[in-house]
Amino acid sequence: MAARRRQLAHLRSFTILTLGAVIMLAPYVVMLSTSLKSQEQLFAATFQLIPSPLHWKENFSRALLEVPLGRFMLNGVVVCAGILVVQVLTAVPCAYVLAKIDFRGRETLFAIVLAALLIPHQVTAIPVYVVLASGNLLDTFLALIAPFSTSAFAIFLFRQFFRGIPDDLVNAARVDGMSEWTIVWRVIMPLAYPAITAFSIFSIVAHWNDLFWPMVVVTTPEMSTPPLGVLFFRDQESGGSQGALMAGTVIITAPLILAFLFAQKKFIDGLTMTGLKG
Amino acid sequence: MPLGEEYPETREGNDVRLTGMLSFEKRRERVAWLFAGPATLLLIATLILPSLTIFIFALTDWQFGQSAVRFVGLANFVEYFSDPQSRQTLINTLVYVAVTVTGSVVLSLSVAVLIESLPFGRTFFRAVYFLPVVSTFVAMATVWELILHPTMGLLNISLRFVGLAGYDWLHDRSTVMPTLCLIGIWEMLGFNMVLFLAGLKAIPRDYYEAAEIDGASSAWSRFWTVTWPLLGPTTLFVVVISAIRAFRVFESVAVLTRGDPGGASDVLLYSIYKEGFGFLRIGYASAITVIFLLTLLVLTLVQVRFADKKVHY
Repeated sequence: MAARRRQLAHLRSFTILTLGAVIMLAPYVVMLSTSLKSQEQLFAATFQLIPSPLHWKENFSRALLEVPLGRFMLNGVVVCAGILVVQVLTAVPCAYVLAKIDFRGRETLFAIVLAALLIPHQVTAIPVYVVLASGNLLDTFLALIAPFSTSAFAIFLFRQFFRGIPDDLVNAARVDGMSEWTIVWRVIMPLAYPAITAFSIFSIVAHWNDLFWPMVVVTTPEMSTPPLGVLFFRDQESGGSQGALMAGTVIITAPLILAFLFAQKKFIDGLTMTGLKG
Repeated sequence: MPLGEEYPETREGNDVRLTGMLSFEKRRERVAWLFAGPATLLLIATLILPSLTIFIFALTDWQFGQSAVRFVGLANFVEYFSDPQSRQTLINTLVYVAVTVTGSVVLSLSVAVLIESLPFGRTFFRAVYFLPVVSTFVAMATVWELILHPTMGLLNISLRFVGLAGYDWLHDRSTVMPTLCLIGIWEMLGFNMVLFLAGLKAIPRDYYEAAEIDGASSAWSRFWTVTWPLLGPTTLFVVVISAIRAFRVFESVAVLTRGDPGGASDVLLYSIYKEGFGFLRIGYASAITVIFLLTLLVLTLVQVRFADKKVHY
């Protein structure tokens, strides 16, 4: 009796969750389905999930050849990689100092990090834009990367993590004659792998998907990151081929979605651990 | 004051005895600043100085490209709050926050509780609901645009199929904000769900069994007697975090409506973008940024308080 009731409850949960899942996935289905359709098929009176004949070849080749989609993706990779590398290079030594070296000024330093943690990047947009524009630096990789060259959040996160590493380990390395610099990169870094991975996922997802800052500093299609590229593409295709536009969105969203499906737990941990930053 | 006179002597004495130690300490201090220096300078240059500058810019009538700049006091703020069109951006933002936070918290909690109750398939559903969080939102927004298209969109086609009249969802004053809110809920739900799942995991199984023995026979009553009270801190935390995220709404407006029709869907961050980088009204855009920053700071401080509570809980 109780087992039967439990089964009914499970069935009810499954049904509700499946209905919700259909709504959650609807945009992905429409995206994939439209990327297979010609413009005429799109205007068909009834919605066809899988059209016949298929037009995916036209759509995907149009997305890849007529707009510099490859260029957008490459820009995205350069910007994300550039930001992440500089963030890790600057944040790790700073976090190490905050966690493991006792010195005058540590409190001040930590206060600066905490203050920076409170400031959303959009707030700095106007002054940073003025500086970049005055230096004729708009529409460059520098403009896309420099404002994010260090992350208060990374420093904070790494500091918390480094504090968990025993002091004895660090002191032993010092006794062995290792310099502080070697300790950071050879002793601490390998141990901090989980924190670095989590932050990397957070940083890449945030900057691959960011629209605000590229919209501010990018003025030509050649320098567009993927999200801005989608907008250029859409405005070019307005009234043109929705199928090609959807093929483009498939290509641009695919890398992160595939990475997420392969490393679901790492993604969720990374994004929610760092979700404190919002 | 004997103590005050004694102090320098003692210190000097220490100095002599600890010369070796001190130079070691000095070296350590130098290493510390060398390591922390780049990050510190960058934090100051990219975040702290710019956000202080905003407060100065906000008091001027500076238009980018013009050399004449006047100090205008609070005129920018007066302009913002006296113009109904600009005031609307703050109202729209707050409405968006209220609706998407309520919607995404209620739905994500429900989804999390349902997923937690499943005997299998949890990973699958978690992935499905989390998918929008990792999807490039701009790309997904263009898909929503297609779905919401008045003639060939899937939504109106479906409505016609069941005999209902559709809307021009994104271009109608009465539907544009609700539509953006629903898209926002779709986007935020998965993130909140994961936080709730973590909160639910922390509730011991025996509590539910105890509640069942005590007469809470239905899942519904167990939810209200066990889950809800124990999830209180998580819920507060999720509410505040979602509010901070929702307050930064920009992309859906920039991609789907550009604030139209007639400012009906304009929000704070988009109007900063429009005034600052479209019309290059640096002074005025800075004033809106100050309003944006101060409101966010209040939300963030509330979050910090809740985060502390959560730790002590």
